[in-house]
Amino acid sequence: MTNVLVCIKRVPDSSGEVLLTDDQQGVDGRYVGFTVSNHESCAVELAVQTAEATGGTVTLLTVGPSEATEQLRDTLALGCHAAVLVEAEPARLGPADVAREIAHVVREKEAAGTTYDLILLGNDAADSGDFQVGIRLAHALGRPVVNGVSTVEVADGHLTARGDGPEGEETYSLPLPAVATLLEGGVEPRYPTLKGRMAAKKVQIETRALSAEPAGASRVRLLLPPPAPSTVEVLGEGPEAAGAVADLFAKLGVTR
Amino acid sequence: MILVLIETENGAASEISLETLAFARSLAAEGGGIAIRAVVVGAVENRDALAAELGTHGAAEVRHAVGEAFTSYSGAAWAAALQAIRESTGSVVVTAAGSPRGNEVLAHLAARLDVPMAANATAFHGLAPFVVTRQVVGGAALEEMKLDQRPAIFSVAGHSWSVSPVEGASPAAWVEVTPEVAESDLVARVVSTGTKEVDHSDSLKSAKVVVGAGRGAGGADGFGAVTELAELLGGAVGVSRVVTSLGWRPHHEQVGQTGSRISPDLYIPCGISGAIQHWAGCASSKTILAINTDPEAPMMTKANYAVVGDMHEVLPAVIEELKSRGVS
Repeated sequence: MTNVLVCIKRVPDSSGEVLLTDDQQGVDGRYVGFTVSNHESCAVELAVQTAEATGGTVTLLTVGPSEATEQLRDTLALGCHAAVLVEAEPARLGPADVAREIAHVVREKEAAGTTYDLILLGNDAADSGDFQVGIRLAHALGRPVVNGVSTVEVADGHLTARGDGPEGEETYSLPLPAVATLLEGGVEPRYPTLKGRMAAKKVQIETRALSAEPAGASRVRLLLPPPAPSTVEVLGEGPEAAGAVADLFAKLGVTR
Repeated sequence: MILVLIETENGAASEISLETLAFARSLAAEGGGIAIRAVVVGAVENRDALAAELGTHGAAEVRHAVGEAFTSYSGAAWAAALQAIRESTGSVVVTAAGSPRGNEVLAHLAARLDVPMAANATAFHGLAPFVVTRQVVGGAALEEMKLDQRPAIFSVAGHSWSVSPVEGASPAAWVEVTPEVAESDLVARVVSTGTKEVDHSDSLKSAKVVVGAGRGAGGADGFGAVTELAELLGGAVGVSRVVTSLGWRPHHEQVGQTGSRISPDLYIPCGISGAIQHWAGCASSKTILAINTDPEAPMMTKANYAVVGDMHEVLPAVIEELKSRGVS
């Protein structure tokens, strides 16, 4: 039986235009939807598969605003069993703060008799792109960690994880308990079923406060990149543009 | 002292590591000529060639970490080596490429030292305070981040700096070191590496021409002209996330925030609207020729050149035109 903890994060859906708050400390949430990172969606799927295969459980955890219950409910519907919200204003937190808070929950749960054999996270969050919460968490807990892998399998107290390395597919094998950060692409996240949605509504989300004052994110301010100068030249419409396209290829020297 | 972790490919420094050296040289110059040391971990195919290459790109010295601990990759072990070399050299800045390896090793180092780390920096602004700009929200926004603890640890985003060799530079001095690595740092190490088959993601990242396709392809069988044009131009195929999500093409062809970031001489996105996540992966292209039925699609308005039309009509006509001109 493998109990898996999956850490997710409420992030702005950046498929639309991104605007910043007036104080330049965050993304203006009034004009965007919110979601979880693609990497984390894959981590959730792998967690559910792992738990199903071993008769274990999946617990979700997020460190974020109260509105993150929306992402927890949506994700619970995918086959997860429990959820924990550590309520905090995201702008006050750096990756070290987030890792410390997750570690605090894990230690308290373990002291109360609930152990997490495997902790899964996304390799990086879609908004902050820090690439370090999983590693800092592993250091805080004294557990081994593998990063940027695409698949995980649990058997005989070991985690086997695979991902692309510079010379080919790399395989890691390490003892549980362990931490792994996932990339997108190794698994296809499932869609929630009606039964899953109904079950998710009934789950009591455990809400906690921060365990310590945050150290912060070292952020000075956010900026929007300068807009690319729009100098688009329309070469034509439909198949009639083929000649102009071929001329462009010749001009750029890309035709062999 | 600035310490730069170098990754190698086929015995030479990776392109993004050389970009990182260029960033470090600019930083060193701002600091009045701070020395740059490169760090290489594990097996090296041709020491003299690598020393010459790294010297040409600004490194005065290479610290080469050797030993059984580095025969297969472990992020924690590499960080242990980097930590030991930093301590012995008194380096105040530690940087690496914003690659999976670079970000991973630096994150381990930052965790060990309990200092901040900035991932994917694109620029810096003075030294006191030392502030870097880095990419966030998949490149849709930038963050200015203060790194006022020592060492300052940051990775450098790919394609944000140009490789710039120094004419007449001497080879870097080579110093072999054997850092101690704890057993606990070797628990999560690579136990096997599969044979590298045709690595589409590498060819995609290095291709001079990329022909891209999105939802406009219409289905898994809608990529015939895309692949044919890519072959005619000696390029690679790159697709949007929706294409891989729908299972039309494999994930390693995905361009974007959670796929490959490309910087070809020419990118030809066909039937791709140009969502921010996709733009994050292709914004470094030198020239973009967009083909789309919607002239107001973001990709069309951001491109250098555009053709308004259905990719299934335009691409065959372009292929026919190229063949009529003798391109094969």
